[in-house]
Amino acid sequence: MALLIKKGRVVDPASNTDEVLDILIEDERIKRIEKNISISSAEVIDASGKVVTPGFIDMHTHLREPGREDEETIESGTYAAAKGGFTTVCCMPNTSPAIDEPAVVEFIYKQARKRGIVEVLPIAAITKNREGENLSDMGKLKRAGAVAFSDDGDWVDNSDLMRRALEYAKMLNLPIISHCEDKTLTQDGVMNEGFFSTILGLKGMPKEAEEIAVYRDLALARMTGSHLHIAHISTANSVRLVREAKERGVKITAEVCPHHLVLTDKEVRCLDTNTKVNPPLREEEDVKALKEGLKNGTIDVIATDHAPHSLEEKELDYTLAPFGIIGLETALSLLVKELVEEGVLSLMELVAKLTISPAQILGIDRGKIAEGAKANLTIFDIKKGWKVKKEELVSKSTNSPFIGWQLPAPVEYTIMGGKVVFRRGQR
Amino acid sequence: MDFKRKDLLGLEDLSPEEILLILDTAKSFREVLERPIKKVPTLRGKTIVNLFFEASTRTRMSFELAEKRLSADVLNFSASTSSLVKGETLLDTAKNILALRVDCFVLRHPTPGAPHLLAGKLPVSIINAGDGAHEHPTQALLDLYTIREKKGHIEGVKIAIVGDIAHSRVARSNIWGLNKLGAEVRVCGPPTLIPPRIENMGVKVFYSIERALRGVDIIMMLRIQRERQNKGLLPSLSEYREFFSLTEERISLAKKDALIMHPGPVNRGIEIPAKVADSERSIILNQVTNGIAVRMAILYLLLGRR
Repeated sequence: MALLIKKGRVVDPASNTDEVLDILIEDERIKRIEKNISISSAEVIDASGKVVTPGFIDMHTHLREPGREDEETIESGTYAAAKGGFTTVCCMPNTSPAIDEPAVVEFIYKQARKRGIVEVLPIAAITKNREGENLSDMGKLKRAGAVAFSDDGDWVDNSDLMRRALEYAKMLNLPIISHCEDKTLTQDGVMNEGFFSTILGLKGMPKEAEEIAVYRDLALARMTGSHLHIAHISTANSVRLVREAKERGVKITAEVCPHHLVLTDKEVRCLDTNTKVNPPLREEEDVKALKEGLKNGTIDVIATDHAPHSLEEKELDYTLAPFGIIGLETALSLLVKELVEEGVLSLMELVAKLTISPAQILGIDRGKIAEGAKANLTIFDIKKGWKVKKEELVSKSTNSPFIGWQLPAPVEYTIMGGKVVFRRGQR
Repeated sequence: MDFKRKDLLGLEDLSPEEILLILDTAKSFREVLERPIKKVPTLRGKTIVNLFFEASTRTRMSFELAEKRLSADVLNFSASTSSLVKGETLLDTAKNILALRVDCFVLRHPTPGAPHLLAGKLPVSIINAGDGAHEHPTQALLDLYTIREKKGHIEGVKIAIVGDIAHSRVARSNIWGLNKLGAEVRVCGPPTLIPPRIENMGVKVFYSIERALRGVDIIMMLRIQRERQNKGLLPSLSEYREFFSLTEERISLAKKDALIMHPGPVNRGIEIPAKVADSERSIILNQVTNGIAVRMAILYLLLGRR
C-alpha cells in the first residue's frame, strides 16, 4: 500500500528544501513531493509540526557480528539504528573474523537482508586480518559490496603500505578511512593526556598521537591523489591540519562523533568506564574547534562510532575496560541539543552532515528526498523532549554515558524503502 | 562537625574541616598506642577485609594492626590482578566476600578508580589504600598528622616533594591535603617524571633539587622505582642519584630545622643516602607509627558509630 506523509517540514539539504510538503511513497520509492497530496488508498502519517529528512547514514558503526554477538548483532544493531533515525549504517571490519574476505562481506549482506531492518554496508579491512602487513584483496572486496576500506582501530603504521593502499583504492574509486593514532605515543593510555589524567593518575593519550598520524596520512593522500577519510577527528590541531590540506586541494574528508562534541575529559573524573573512548574525550578548546570545523566545512560528516560492549567488560576497572560507547540511539538528539539549539549549525547544515555528505563520500545514491529516490526517511519532533533510559535502549549493549540525560528531538518514525521500520512508542 | 561519609576514597573531595576532624580524632588514638594495653573495643563485632591486589608490607600491616587495636575481626586477601583478569573480576570478588557479611573493605589496587567502582556498587564502607597513581589518602593523612605534630601547624609550611611525581599516588593525595590546609607545595623531579599540567593543582614545579629545597620546612622524598628506567623515563639510576639524591649538601639549602619524610620503602643510596635516612632530621619512622593512629581514626569515623 502507498504511504503518504502529510504536512511535515521537509528538510532536504541535497535540494536545499526547507518547507512544509507532503510525500507520497509507492513501491519503496518516493512517487511525489507536493504541497498537498490527497489520495484515498494510502496509509497516512501525520507529520505536522515534525521534521522530515532523508534517512541518516552512519559511516562508522560497530555491529559486532560476526564474532561478538553477545554485544550486538546485525539485527539488534539495525534496530538501534532505526530508533536513532539511521537507514544506512556502514559497519567496521573489526569483527571476528575481520571483514577482509569477500565471504565475510557476503555474510553481512545476507544477514542484513534476513534479520536487519535498515541497510548495512560493510567497510572492508585495508590489510589482511587488519594486521597492517599485507593488503587485503581490495578489488574482490569491492565487488562483493564493500563501500570503503579501513583497518579501524589499528592505524596502518607502515607508511609505505598505507601509500600503496591509497594508490590501489584510487583504482577502485573507494575511500580509505583512517583511525589516526600513533600507538607508540598512546601505549597503555586510557584517556586524554592533560590535567585530568594527571590528577586521576591515569595514563594519558596525548593529542599529538592523533595529529602526527593525521599529518602523515594527509601527506600520503596528497602524494597519491587518493581519497582519504579521517575517522573521528578529535583535536583542534587535527582540524587545522585538515583545513589546510583541503585548502591545498588534497582529496580529504573528515568525520566527528557526537560524544566528542558534547563531553570533555573532565567527565572522566567520575571514573565511569562509559567515558572511555578512543580517541579519548578531549578538552574544551578542542570541542570548540570541532564545532568551528563543522560550521566552516572542514568536517564533512558526523558519525557515531557506535561501539557496543558487554556489561561484564565495561564493569571492569578503568584500565581494563574496553574503549567505546554506543551512539546510534542518542546521536540526533545530542546533535540537535549541542549544535542546533546552540546556534552552531542550522538544522539544514546538521542534516547534511548526516545524509547527503556521507552519501557523497561513499559514492552511494542515498541521502536525499527526491521523486524516484529510494524512500528512506526520518521523521523527528524538534519540539518534544525525551529521557534516555537504560531499559529503553534497543542496542544489545547499554554502554552509554548519556543514560538519564534529558534530550530534545526524539525520532518519531524511521522509514526504510517505504516501510516504517521504527515508530516511537512501539518496538 | 560530623563525619558523614560511607567511604574514604581520596583527599581531593575531602573538606579542610573533614581532614582536621580525622587528624584530631587520630590524636586520641595516638595516645592509645602508648598504653601498655593498646586495644579498645570500638569495633567489636565488625569485620574488615583487607583486599590487596598489589604487594604491600607497611600499609597492610598498619591497617591490620589498626583494625585489631579497635577489636575488629580481620580478613586478609591478597592476589595478583593478573590471576583475576582471567576469571573473577574485582567486583565479583568483592561481592563474594560481601556475601560473607563483612562491614568494610580496605582496597589496594593498581588501577585508579578501583575503590570508587566498589564504593558505587557496594553498600559497605570502602577505604582506598592506594589506587594506582591516583590517591593514597591514608598515607597523606598520616603525613599531615606527622607534619602537624612536628611543626605545630600545616598552614604556611613550605614543603618540597621530590622524585617520581608522575607515578605517585602519595604525591597527589599530599598535594590535595597540603593545599587544602594552606601549605606551600613544591614538586621536583626530572621532566619525564612530572605529569602534565600539575601546576594547575596549585604546586610549583622544579627540575632542580637545589632550587626546590631552598627555604623549605619539609622535604618529602619519594621512592624511585627501578622499572622506570626500562620505560625510557630515566637514563639510569646513577644519573638520577647524581641529580636528585638528597645529599647533606642539598639539605643545607633548606631551613635549619627542616625535616625529612619518606612514605617508604626507602631505596637507600638512591633517592636518599643511608646516613640521611637515619639522621635526626628524619621523621620516617614517626610517620609509620602515626599511620596506625590515623587509620584507627578513619576506621572509627567510618564504622564506629553506626
